[in-house]
Amino acid sequence: MIPITKTPKCYVGGSFIRSESGRVYEMRGSSGEFLANIPLCSRKDLRNAVEAAAKGGAGWAKRTPYNRAQILYRIAEMIESRAAEMSAWVPGKEVRATIDRIVHFAGWADKYEQVLGSVNPVASPHFNFTVTEPMGIVGILAPEDNPLLALMTLILPAITSGNSVVALASKNAPYPAILLGEMLAVSDLPGGVINLLTGDRAEILPTFATHEHIRALAGIATREEAVALQQGASESVKRVKLLAPDTDWYSARFESPYGIRDFVEAKTVWHPVGS
Amino acid sequence: MPAKKSPAPKSRTKVRELLFGDLWEYDPAPESAPAHIDARYGLFIGGKSVAPKSKNYFDSISPRDGKKLSEIPFAGKADVDAAFAAAKKAFPAWSKLPGKERGKYLFRIARLLQDRSREFAVAETLDGGKPIKESRDFDLPMAAAHFFYHAGWADKLAFVAPGRTLEPLGVVGQIIPWNFPLLMMAWKIAPALATGNTVVIKPAETTSITALKFASILQDAGLPPGVVNIVTGAGETGAAIVNHPGAAKIAFTGSTEVGKIIQRALAGSGKRLALELGGKAANIVFEDAPIDQAVEGIINGIFFNQGHVCCAGSRLLVQESVADAVIARLKRRMQVLRTGDPLDKNTDIGAINSAEQLAKIRELVASGVEEGAELHQPACKLPKTGFYFPPSLFTKVTQSHRVAREEIFGPVLSILTFRTPEEAVEKANNTPYGLSAGVWTDKGSLILKMASELKAGVVWANTYNKFDPSSPFGGYKQSGFGREGGKHGLLDYARLA
Repeated sequence: MIPITKTPKCYVGGSFIRSESGRVYEMRGSSGEFLANIPLCSRKDLRNAVEAAAKGGAGWAKRTPYNRAQILYRIAEMIESRAAEMSAWVPGKEVRATIDRIVHFAGWADKYEQVLGSVNPVASPHFNFTVTEPMGIVGILAPEDNPLLALMTLILPAITSGNSVVALASKNAPYPAILLGEMLAVSDLPGGVINLLTGDRAEILPTFATHEHIRALAGIATREEAVALQQGASESVKRVKLLAPDTDWYSARFESPYGIRDFVEAKTVWHPVGS
Repeated sequence: MPAKKSPAPKSRTKVRELLFGDLWEYDPAPESAPAHIDARYGLFIGGKSVAPKSKNYFDSISPRDGKKLSEIPFAGKADVDAAFAAAKKAFPAWSKLPGKERGKYLFRIARLLQDRSREFAVAETLDGGKPIKESRDFDLPMAAAHFFYHAGWADKLAFVAPGRTLEPLGVVGQIIPWNFPLLMMAWKIAPALATGNTVVIKPAETTSITALKFASILQDAGLPPGVVNIVTGAGETGAAIVNHPGAAKIAFTGSTEVGKIIQRALAGSGKRLALELGGKAANIVFEDAPIDQAVEGIINGIFFNQGHVCCAGSRLLVQESVADAVIARLKRRMQVLRTGDPLDKNTDIGAINSAEQLAKIRELVASGVEEGAELHQPACKLPKTGFYFPPSLFTKVTQSHRVAREEIFGPVLSILTFRTPEEAVEKANNTPYGLSAGVWTDKGSLILKMASELKAGVVWANTYNKFDPSSPFGGYKQSGFGREGGKHGLLDYARLA
């Protein structure tokens, strides 16, 4: 029997899309055999994904923290149930670590506020408190290595607080991101919260840097890329949090609320206390 | 049968407005405490006042009367290098000093500043033009409070971030604006020192005097040499700080325009950055608001410090049903504001900080008139010398007018109206800025709805322009990033280990 091969598509706005440009690049196996055509997403695809993120994101931020927690946990359930399939593309260890990390952040969704927020003892008759709010849309530039764990480690702190993300996956190992999209689609995560693109970093990077509706950037960058990203980001005073290419993605340091802090705004509210 | 009620007798005479300002003149009430301003200052590097290697000085004039106050050193690149060298040398010992001991220096600074509070208030008013009642009752007490608050943190850093310890970053370069010279210095220096960093700080070109006077307090407090270094000058000096390889972090408060230049300049450098930039805050008044209190809040929101406030409530959004009443009361209230000599204790609105800023305000106000907004200014006599601008408001403003979009940084209020809370949110958030906002209503649930939907780092509900060392301050969007104050501010001066 001839097997039915799957057409890899990107997960954007809750739908599976090809690049609007109609372009693909070939993915080949270790012995050079043809595996599939992967969408070579364009700058226009990124702009479309940002629009999808804006539409999906507003509702996600308004969900209760408990609800976000359960949906994040559901993502872990969906990956777990297809862990064997995912393990064909990344080491089993990486799949396990990714699932654990998702569960870790699922737990943070209704807790980080009590670590990051505060009630402030001001020297006047006012009730004053600081809460956090998601920034909006976060752009993610995943590294070439650890295509599943690194991608999710960059995405999780952003979406836990209610941001939505537009992520560019590993170019040489795009398939885990393709599979991840299929798992997200059945996870109760609203469409548009996580948007996954595949393609060429150098081509899309300038748009990540300058797109005004992307309020923050996270990811891996070489020095040259960091300069380009920061310079572009300065046009709209965008927040940029870059990690070095030699990052250890398995490190327990990623499991803390301080990663969430990088992609929230602190809002302080004052109100007089009656006498 | 109930007796017919006769209608209440109507008063035949109209109630007269009690506007005394036109009837007789207030006697002048100048603050007479001496400011002790030196004829010429040095840079403060390595614990000593030193002459600039550049050999250049510039005049600091008082915006109150345009007269020269002092000569300020112009720090060149070599001077900035020397300041960074001193800060680098001081860093190992300062950062290793037990928090308890570091804190003691900060407590001392707070107390010494309180001791000399009046002298500094007068100097601040002379140099910057703000009313003496504000420098005396706000800037100075608040500056001292910032040192006192952060002093207490120095030995408690292990409790700021659960699961992590805070480590200092190194030498921090700080650049501050001219609107609250000493207070901004306190906001920058206190948390940096509490977390174990050393500092190179540059005050604004037009307001260097209290910073250089502050050096004497650091000496009196016995602060180890090089922990704080103060370099004065202009944009060139600031650029030397930003681009200095010895800076682990740059903290900047100022315009969004310059903030973007700094962010761009730091690209790829690995230096940390905190930006506290401009704003165009909406102050939103609903029909059920306590109108008299709201009017006081609007007045304070825009005319505090001549409107030279990044979080000034410069866009009044008033619900249509009460717009006429609010505008009428605002105009009446503006009539009794006293604009004039900032050294006079009765002055509400002092001098505009510089001729350059005055020109900018005039230009933007002219654009408002040009674009069709209606300008209202109360009749008031302005001093003949110095830089002054009367309190002003614009009605018939649309969202596209420059006076509704650009930061004026002067005593100019733009008034727009709205019908529903959704429209108010839409209009309030329709700006690249996101520093602050005000909401006035008696309805608690509406306050919380507005507070959560306004994209602003600080929301004042039924109050405005309140500040506290424990209260994080900073903006969303193009108003910058990072927070100052509270544990949030400390975290921005530390590495989490």
